[in-house]
Order: sequence, then C-alpha cells, then structure tokens
Amino acid sequence: MSQAPAAFARVADLCSRHRVAAMIAFFLVFPWLMPYKALAINVLILGLFAVGFNLIYGYTGLLSFGHAAFYGMGAYGCGIAIARYGLPWPAALAIGILLAGLGALVIGGLSIRRRGIYFAMVTLALAQCVYYIAYQAEPLTGGENGLRGVDVKTISLGLVELDFLAPTVKYYFILIFVALALWCLSRILESPFGAILEAIRENEARARACGIDVERSKLVAFVLSGLFCGLAGGLKAMHLSIVPTEVLHYHTSGLVVIMALLGGMGTFFGPFVGAAVFLLVEDQISLFTIHWQFFAGALFILFVLFFPRGIWGSLTHRIGRT
Amino acid sequence: MILRTENVGKTFGAFSALRNVSVVIPRGRLTAIIGPNGAGKSTFFNVISGALRPSEGRVFFEEREITAAPQHALARMGIAKSYQITNIFPNLTVLENVRVAAQARVSRFQIWRSRAMLAAPLHEAEALLEFVGLTGRATFLAGSLAHGEQRALEIAIALASKPRLLLLDEPTAGMSPEETRVFMELIVKLARERTVVLVEHKMKLVMNISDHVIVLHHGEVLAEGTPDEIRANDDVKRVYLGQTQRAGARST
Repeated sequence: MSQAPAAFARVADLCSRHRVAAMIAFFLVFPWLMPYKALAINVLILGLFAVGFNLIYGYTGLLSFGHAAFYGMGAYGCGIAIARYGLPWPAALAIGILLAGLGALVIGGLSIRRRGIYFAMVTLALAQCVYYIAYQAEPLTGGENGLRGVDVKTISLGLVELDFLAPTVKYYFILIFVALALWCLSRILESPFGAILEAIRENEARARACGIDVERSKLVAFVLSGLFCGLAGGLKAMHLSIVPTEVLHYHTSGLVVIMALLGGMGTFFGPFVGAAVFLLVEDQISLFTIHWQFFAGALFILFVLFFPRGIWGSLTHRIGRT
Repeated sequence: MILRTENVGKTFGAFSALRNVSVVIPRGRLTAIIGPNGAGKSTFFNVISGALRPSEGRVFFEEREITAAPQHALARMGIAKSYQITNIFPNLTVLENVRVAAQARVSRFQIWRSRAMLAAPLHEAEALLEFVGLTGRATFLAGSLAHGEQRALEIAIALASKPRLLLLDEPTAGMSPEETRVFMELIVKLARERTVVLVEHKMKLVMNISDHVIVLHHGEVLAEGTPDEIRANDDVKRVYLGQTQRAGARST
C-alpha cells in the first residue's frame, strides 16, 4: 500500500464529515475553473434548484415532475415584489421563498397520497396549471414577454455598497445564500426527520408499521424542498433581472430531474455536479452545433444505463469501496 | 385480555376469507394462530394489525376500537408486527434500521437538531441488537445479512416501538432447521415480557411453546384453547391429519 491513497482517503473522509465547509471551499475557487463567471452563477442557481429537488427525489424517493412550479414561484414572487411593488430585495427574496413554500403545500397536499407515476403526473399537471396562470396574468407577470424590470443594481450592506452588476460580486453574493441553504439542508438530513425520510425511501410499508406518519412526513419534505427551489428561483430573478415564463415550463421540471440524476440522486454534492456538467456541455457544444441537446441527451442516457448512481454518486461509491 | 375481535369478516369479491371470527387474545401470553393453507391466517393477521380493514365486525385493542385506525397510529398505541416476507430498510445499516424505529416513538418532525443528539433511541437500538444477537453486525448494511439474521433484525425493529402486543406472521418461513431453532428460542424469550401473537402454518413448531392456541379453518374459528385441549380436539385432528399425511407424502 502506498501512502498516496491513504492520504487521499483521509481527505475524502474529512470532506464527507465537513461536507458543507468542503463545498463552500470548492465554490470559492469555482468561478476560476469555469470559462466565464455567468456560467458559474448559473451552476450555483440551477445546482441549488437541483438540491431542493434532490431532497424530495433522492432522499425521500418521490419523483416529482412539477418542480418548475416552485422554482418559478420563487422567481415570480421575488421578481413581482421588486418590479411591481418596489420592495427591497431581502423582502422580495423572502416573499419568493414563502410563495414557493405555500405552492408546495398546496400541490403537495393534493398529490402526496399518489405514488409512482401517478404522483409524477399529478405534480406535472398542477405545475402546468401554475404555468398557465402566470402566462395569463399579464398585468402582474408580463405574460409571454416575461417579467421585466427586476432591477437590483446595488446591494447595500450597511457601510458598503456592492455593485451587483459585476459578475464576481454577484457570484459571491449568491454563494452566501447557497452556502446558507446547504448548511440548512445538511442539518435537515442529519436530523431525526432526515432519518425518517430515508426510512420512507427505503421501505414505506415498514416505516408506517414503525409508527411513522408517512403522508405527513412526505408533505413536510415536499414543502422544505419547495422552499429551497423557491430560493433558487428568487436568486434567478435577481440574477437575470427579468423572469422569463420558461422558469415555470415543464422543460424546467425535466431539466432538474436530468441534472439530479446526472450528478447522482441522494448525494449531497451530486446536484451541483449535474448542473455544472449539463451547463458545460450546453456551453461548449453549442459553440460547434445548435444540436447540443443531442449530445446532452446522449450523455444522460449513457449515465442512466451504465452509471445509475450518477457522476458524483459513482465517484463516491468507488472511493467508499477502496 | 389485550385484543378482541367481534364477528370479524373479510371478503375479497365473492370470496370470503374470514367469517364471523370472534376471538380474545389474552394479555401476557403467547398465542398461536394456526391452520392449514388458505385457512385465513394471514388475512386475520392483516386485519388485527391494521393492514386490511375488515368487511364487517370490529377489533378492539385494550378496549379501544381500532377497526379503522391507520397503521402508524396502531404502532404508536403499542402494536408492532413482523411480516411473512422480510421487511427491513435494506440500504441502511443494521443499527440505523433499529434506531429509526426507536426514534419514531419519540420524534416526529424535528428537522433541526442532530439525530446523534437523540441518545435514547440509539441506546435502545444497541440494547435490542444485543438482545437479538446482532451486535456484531451493527455497521453492516441490512440488505447484506443472511436470511435468519434479517428476520432477527426485523424482530428488533418491531420491538423498537416498545410494543405491548407483538404480532408475528410465519416468522420462520424459509429458514433452515437450525435458524428456526434459534429463532423459536428468541420468540420464547420475547414472550416472557410481552404479549405475542404468532401466526404459524407448522403446528408442531408452536404447540410446545404457546399458552393459547386458535385454530382457523376455511376462514372460521375451528377450535380455541390450551395446546393440550387442541391436541385432544377431534375437529383439529381431522383437519390436520389430512394435512400432515399430504405433507409427509411430499417430503419423502
């Protein structure tokens, strides 16, 4: 046995025990690993969206096909508060998160008793309802043109004014929220409630026989998931300064499933890996061909068929075995 | 008495699996429910454990009606069960399997503190693994255990909810003779401290350890009494004699 693997294993062990700190450390240098900053920002935001989705899919075992609804509600909630009511961004962001949580409570309340494909279809249908409401409510949402005027130019932190239009500043500003969200998620997963979610994913009937209220627990998880997605949506609105209707489209629901699966469902870092790989593929291959989705799709199929644990899931599994 | 059924019937379409079953399960005893294949044992088990709602009749646990109570509520009231097919959390460690079951009793929606801070469920889980003889397997994934060990783990999971009534559905199904012997010893040990109801197909297995025996046949109660009374019962002899002859012919 050489020493290199042992040292490597020690680092891997350290990272897994302090996973939030390890991720923050990684994200501090991440923008310099990417071709440009805006891409890094998109990875943070879509990665956070996938993290929220992963809570309900990877950790609880419920495949929702309507998570665009919560991402979109976060984006529209935050965007409308800023563009239509001129609220300061912290209040707007909170409104976006709460709206997404409320939406998750309603959609989850209506769908959580269904299982498997029926659950997926009900969430998809309800998310489409949200899409059409936003599409029709033009005075409020801007309809198909999207919501314009979500202008956050500076972030005032008491003494200092941050230039929110500078990509680096924007990246680190968003990273603060992503880091907070990851810390919250880590605590949830480590909590007794996190243990209950794992038990439900592993064996729902057994969990029920143990005295676990499966339906209520799933609903709580669904709402928590919605809150994370809402935060991602709110940050998206501030980042783009417009809210396009696509955030609510079912393509977005599909995208988050792809990113979570690609990265590794039920892993802590996987959703970000999935988001990064997907966005990099889009960014790099679209330089050569407009048919980049063909390659992204092929990559996705490859992983589902041969590495069902996803990129990060397969890596950690391999390290865990050695 | 800990559990009582009143004229319980269960029909699946035109087929009636249970008819007019009124029995009393005495507290603090080991009760065996036996009967040949298709006698309605598993249906009865599912009715008293809340997995199936009876088509008619009522079920009482400690004089409270539980006929329509949801399963998780029954678990909280003190009824635990182990299934005919192994039912564990395969991708969690053996210790976590039991710990999460013990935790379900004390914590519901605690999303902020660490699960490691909940000391009581952890200690209980460790004690239960010791009791069923799985201490050495605590860090293994539950799915990697041998069949007999998985059944023992299931018992530990069932015990983690501190049940006053433990229901076991053919716990030795699929076990080797040696595993069966070890497991029956465990059941006897269990029954010293709590009420156990054991559904079993093999009559011989339970006659020596039960205090009370209920014989089902064609969905009805054929006989009820002490093992000696059951052995002497002519109806039971007739039903089981045909059964044992056929079973004997098959095994040779």
